[in-house]
Amino acid sequence: MTALDAIDLDIGRGEFLSLLGPSGCGKTTLLRIIAGLSEPSSGARHLAVDRGNHGAHAAGRIGFVFQDPTLMPWSTVEGNVLLPLRLAGHLGAAERERAAAELRAVGLAGFERVYPRQLSGGMRMRVSIARAMVTDPDLLLLDEPFAALDEITRMTLNDDLLRLWASRRATVVFVTHSVFESVYLSSRIAVMSARPGRIATDLVVNLPQPRDRGLRTTPAYAATCAAVSAHLGRAMAAGVS
Amino acid sequence: MRGRVRFWRVAAPIAVGVVLLGLWQAIVTVENVPLYILPGPIAIAGALWTDGPSLLGSLLVTLRITLAALAAAAILGGAIALLFSLSRVLALSLFPYAVILQVTPIVAIAPLIIIWVQEPFLALLVCAWIVAFFPIVSNTTIGLNSADRNLLALFRLYGATPAQTLRYLKLPTALPYFLAGLRISGGLALIGAVVAEFVAGTGGTQTGLAFRILEAGYRLAIPRLFAALFLLSATGIAIYLVIDFISRLALRRWHESALDDAQE
Repeated sequence: MTALDAIDLDIGRGEFLSLLGPSGCGKTTLLRIIAGLSEPSSGARHLAVDRGNHGAHAAGRIGFVFQDPTLMPWSTVEGNVLLPLRLAGHLGAAERERAAAELRAVGLAGFERVYPRQLSGGMRMRVSIARAMVTDPDLLLLDEPFAALDEITRMTLNDDLLRLWASRRATVVFVTHSVFESVYLSSRIAVMSARPGRIATDLVVNLPQPRDRGLRTTPAYAATCAAVSAHLGRAMAAGVS
Repeated sequence: MRGRVRFWRVAAPIAVGVVLLGLWQAIVTVENVPLYILPGPIAIAGALWTDGPSLLGSLLVTLRITLAALAAAAILGGAIALLFSLSRVLALSLFPYAVILQVTPIVAIAPLIIIWVQEPFLALLVCAWIVAFFPIVSNTTIGLNSADRNLLALFRLYGATPAQTLRYLKLPTALPYFLAGLRISGGLALIGAVVAEFVAGTGGTQTGLAFRILEAGYRLAIPRLFAALFLLSATGIAIYLVIDFISRLALRRWHESALDDAQE
């Protein structure tokens, strides 16, 4: 069975691209192919960030955040954030300082010695984001990271993510099935349809940057959401037939 | 409220034990049951007092076999599980034989082992090990293969070497499984040692607790038999408690089973 069909997608440096689509449209598969975790059955993936790096996966140039926080329960928050650096083979005072800085950036300063089970769902996700950012990746991939969180936590984390993106100038690919989330966060949205998964529409979000909560109540935001919803509706109808 | 729960957790089993022992003594006394059929707790305590020192010497022999077998089961069982997790072919081809070794009654193969292995201590050790090693192999193998799929993907993304994946992901994941296996194996090692001693008879110059039980039975020294039996179960309980303690110590920071509030 083909999960994805004839995907042609170029992602520009510094973009915040959302992959928006119904469940089962292959968003996650596409993200895993971009990460190099899965191989496409045909075709190729080229990453500018690959160039000049050793190893097939360009270790450290890509950060990945899963739908679950995916933390190691036997390790402290600091141990979890340090994992990518530990795997790269060097761990010293500088690395610990890096981890502390990443934890400060996601609002978890002082939580270094705490174990994941002692944290709330939102805090665990923050640790997961800090871990993804600790190598200062050029490309940050997020697979519906906030889907399991409550609305309030989700909005807060949306703002945190936007701030991270603005300050680090990383390229972000964000998988979601929420129209509102994708419009709020993205500079560009690829709407996907299901069975087989393909990109139905590719559109640029022309809303001002930087964004904050005020945007959510503007007519421009509502209009964009309505337009994207319409695209998604058409994509889903095409997928059913 | 929590204090009362803790109190009853200790007090209730003790109360039940005292009542049962009292009932036992009462029946034996009132019905005038002869000592060689069923001694009362007081007679058993007497035998424990008079024969205690010599029984403790025998217990030490059995305990040495048990602990050596348990250590061998932990080390070899862990190593075999590690091998199984590294090679799927190896696991598929060898696991059935581990199962065969496990389901074959040790009583049936112990005589053979005692003939084959000349050194009595070693022969008994091998018997006890055969009984004890399987839970550790089986549990640890499952544990090593239970690493979170996404964490595995993450390790791959960061270019982790197989050794790093093993050390930082698979071994910590397998630890609770290994310890659960060890808990089962602790009791099984003791049973294996006792069964092997039963089959071996006097075997060598040193005699373990199992042989003392047999001997006491032949001589109708039933109170001593019960005293030896009591020591044996006390040992089993002690082994369990020690492993339980170690297990909690190792997992207390993160694993659900070892958290302080796990039972409330």
